[in-house]
Amino acid sequence: MSAIFPKWTNKLPLMIIIGGTLTAGAVTAGVWYYFTPKYFRVGYQPIQPVAFSHATHAGQLGMDCRYCHSTVEKSWFSNIPSSSTCMNCHNQVLKDDPRLALVRESAATGKPIPWVQIHRVPDFVYFNHSVHVNRGISCVECHGRVDQMEEVYHAKSLSMSFCLDCHNDPASKVRPADKITDLGWTPSEDPNEAAKRQEAFGKKYVHDFRIESMNNCSACHR
Amino acid sequence: MSEVATHTKVPATPLELMREPLVANQRSFGWISDRVSAVTEGKTPKWWWAAFVPSLCLLGLLGAMLYYQIATGVGVWGNQHPTMWGWDIVNFVWWIGIGHAGTLISAILYLLRQKWRTAVNRAAEAMTIFAVMCAGIYPAIHVGRVWFDWWLFPIPTYQGLWPQFRSPLMWDVFAVSTYFTVSVLFWYVGLIPDLAMLRDRAKTKLKQFLFGLFSFGWTGSNRHWSNYEKAYLILAGLSTPLVLSVHSIVSLDFSVSQLPGWHTTIFPPYFVAGAVFSGFGMVLTLLIPLRSMCHLEDIITKRHIDVMCKVTLATGCIVSYAYIMEFIIAWYSGSAMERFHFMNRALGPMWWGWVMMMSCNMLVPQLFWFKKIRQNLVVVWILSIFVNIGMWFERFVIVVVGLYRDFLPSSWDYYKPTWVDVCTYLGTFGLFFTLFLLFMRFLPMIAVSEIKGVTPQADPHHPEAGATGGHS
Ligand code: HEC
Ligand code: HEC
Ligand code: HEC
Ligand code: HEC
Ligand code: HEC
Repeated sequence: MSAIFPKWTNKLPLMIIIGGTLTAGAVTAGVWYYFTPKYFRVGYQPIQPVAFSHATHAGQLGMDCRYCHSTVEKSWFSNIPSSSTCMNCHNQVLKDDPRLALVRESAATGKPIPWVQIHRVPDFVYFNHSVHVNRGISCVECHGRVDQMEEVYHAKSLSMSFCLDCHNDPASKVRPADKITDLGWTPSEDPNEAAKRQEAFGKKYVHDFRIESMNNCSACHR
Repeated sequence: MSEVATHTKVPATPLELMREPLVANQRSFGWISDRVSAVTEGKTPKWWWAAFVPSLCLLGLLGAMLYYQIATGVGVWGNQHPTMWGWDIVNFVWWIGIGHAGTLISAILYLLRQKWRTAVNRAAEAMTIFAVMCAGIYPAIHVGRVWFDWWLFPIPTYQGLWPQFRSPLMWDVFAVSTYFTVSVLFWYVGLIPDLAMLRDRAKTKLKQFLFGLFSFGWTGSNRHWSNYEKAYLILAGLSTPLVLSVHSIVSLDFSVSQLPGWHTTIFPPYFVAGAVFSGFGMVLTLLIPLRSMCHLEDIITKRHIDVMCKVTLATGCIVSYAYIMEFIIAWYSGSAMERFHFMNRALGPMWWGWVMMMSCNMLVPQLFWFKKIRQNLVVVWILSIFVNIGMWFERFVIVVVGLYRDFLPSSWDYYKPTWVDVCTYLGTFGLFFTLFLLFMRFLPMIAVSEIKGVTPQADPHHPEAGATGGHS
């Protein structure tokens, strides 16, 4: 009987094994990289209705975050300031600037500016700002260097493992309570020295702030 | 040939020690190849279509039900507090139990050198695989959000979460997927020589190509056979513990919990016996009609049916023992909840489940004590269906009756399945029979190469050895 398959097909099993391994490897690597919040969330930067710049206000002008996000210490929720807050300055600064037209209109009519929300945890997660902010956790841990952003973007993944990484080891992240909104703050200019100091006072703050490592599921999924 | 081999005189076996041959009517090797291949090579019989079309419709029903359930949510089922496990788990355990005969026949009986297994192992293994597929549907969809099923596996995800390794539900994932993989491998390795036979007989280019592809270039050389035998033995060794482990672990889903009626040490062996019992029930249900439809009476002989009835009887007795023992344990434990549960099982509002289970699983198999009954295929077939029904009710009794009256009488509630439950269950029959019918139509339903090894003339001491044997 004549051969059904040409001779090269003898190499087929080897080719399938090698090809399969490569494909599986590529798929795994692809999923690993692309299918995580690190990839699909970080960098999200919607266009806001008003070209408000944190770099100008919080960076150059050195405004404290809490001037605008005033509830962040008292509530689970961090508010977005109403346009009357803006008008405290902008009824003098850039009074007639067209970029601020919407702000003025909103302040006059009371209709809020439709800011686009950037950070959001799913409904099944309970999150609380005041717990963190009052326990020496800075905005920068979860929002990145907002004071350098022209327009706010999603800087951290805010995935569950991101939350847990800190909950497992809060001592490496806590800082003095008055440095919470000082996003550029480090314990020292010198990185080695900084690590040493962080280790020293980290333990102390964890004790003083009575931080327990909240890892039970119901801390966040209530 | 026959001049070369000088037969040493072997004393003839006394008549009362003679066993009925495994292939009746002194069929030759060639006849066996022709007969089994005829099922796949001949024209599609009318009865096949008559069975296939309804199966396909039921399969469509399954698809529709799964779509509806996934799109809407698990609420379309009758599962409702306190009966949070309903038909989904009942059917899962039922199907997975049916999947036990295959590997038992192919692995354990192989290692025990039970030669009669060769006539039924291929079909039983196929049945196993398809039953496990039907079973696998249930855990996959009852989690609700099926697109997260991959969380069942220990994969490092961005939640930083691992599955709960202390949970028997987790062990189940491994047990069932291992079982499925090994069963498929075992079945496939056994198929290779027979696929090569079909390739060599094939008339069309397409068939030659397909069978050639799937027989991996089998030539029947000595080296191939020796590798094959080794692989088969290793797989048999691997599957043997699996036969026992899978249903033991399924039973742990229940017995590791703290619920009266579930929390018993008797469960693992009792579940394994029940699984083998139901598996053989299903093998009988399938093979009795098949052997006459496909004219395989000389290969699947009455002796085979007889032996399978005896296995059913033996395992039926083991489960009956377990049923009675459960009551004795409940009484002996002195635990009020445990006693209440068993009284409720027999006398509560769902007494009918228990009665069905006891009559089908305990009383019906007792009829297999009688040779007359074991030889009457119509009766055996009907009884085998009772075994299937009884085993379904056993799982119903364990799952639903175990739950619907919990510790808090105010939450007691009667359980009713919805039409979606019923249609999904019917649909799994569609999947099962569609696959099985495709299998028997397109693949050799009987292990041809192995069957030849157990014919009388394959025995080197047989006076006709080599004389009538053809090439395999
Ligand atoms: C002058 C008022 C003002 C100050 C000061 C200010 N913000 Fe904002 N912040 C806003 C406004 C208005 C928005 C909404 C527009 C936007 O997203 O850019 C906002 C948005 C944000 C968002 C994104 C919210 C979302 O939609 O998820 C973050 C995070 C944030 N601010 C952090 C900070 C931090 C950290 C500081 C201190 C370094 C700070 N802000 C200081 C006014 C302010
Ligand atoms: C503490 C006073 C103060 C407040 C409060 C304030 N701004 Fe400003 N804003 C300034 C100053 C100062 C400038 C810089 C003017 C310039 O560049 O000449 C500025 C600039 C701007 C600009 C021009 C773009 C830029 O970055 O130069 C926009 C738009 C703006 N602010 C929007 C807002 C909005 C919206 C709010 C309310 C959430 C707000 N500001 C609140 C002081 C303030
Ligand atoms: C532990 C992490 C963490 C820290 C620290 C933190 N945030 Fe947030 N922030 C979040 C998360 C998570 C959200 C999304 C909350 C939600 O879904 O409602 C958020 C949302 C916000 C929002 C948008 C609220 C909205 O719904 O529009 C603002 C504004 C904000 N944070 C400001 C701040 C400021 C200012 C600080 C520092 C004082 C701060 N955050 C510190 C995690 C953090
Ligand atoms: C940089 C460190 C850090 C990160 C990141 C962080 N947390 Fe926290 N979280 C803390 C500390 C410290 C506490 C206070 C712990 C305590 O009260 O024992 C806390 C407390 C909490 C609490 C309050 C628990 C309770 O019952 O009091 C919740 C809820 C919480 N975190 C949710 C989250 C979520 C959700 C995220 C991720 C989006 C997150 N955290 C990210 C440090 C962090
Ligand atoms: C520190 C807070 C925190 C704790 C503690 C926590 N989670 Fe989460 N979990 C989250 C956040 C935040 C998300 C959402 C992540 C995202 O959106 O990518 C999440 C998501 C999940 C999800 C994915 C749900 C979905 O539909 O995508 C599961 C499952 C989950 N958590 C289970 C658990 C379990 C189980 C535990 C306890 C072992 C636990 N979580 C503890 C914060 C937490």
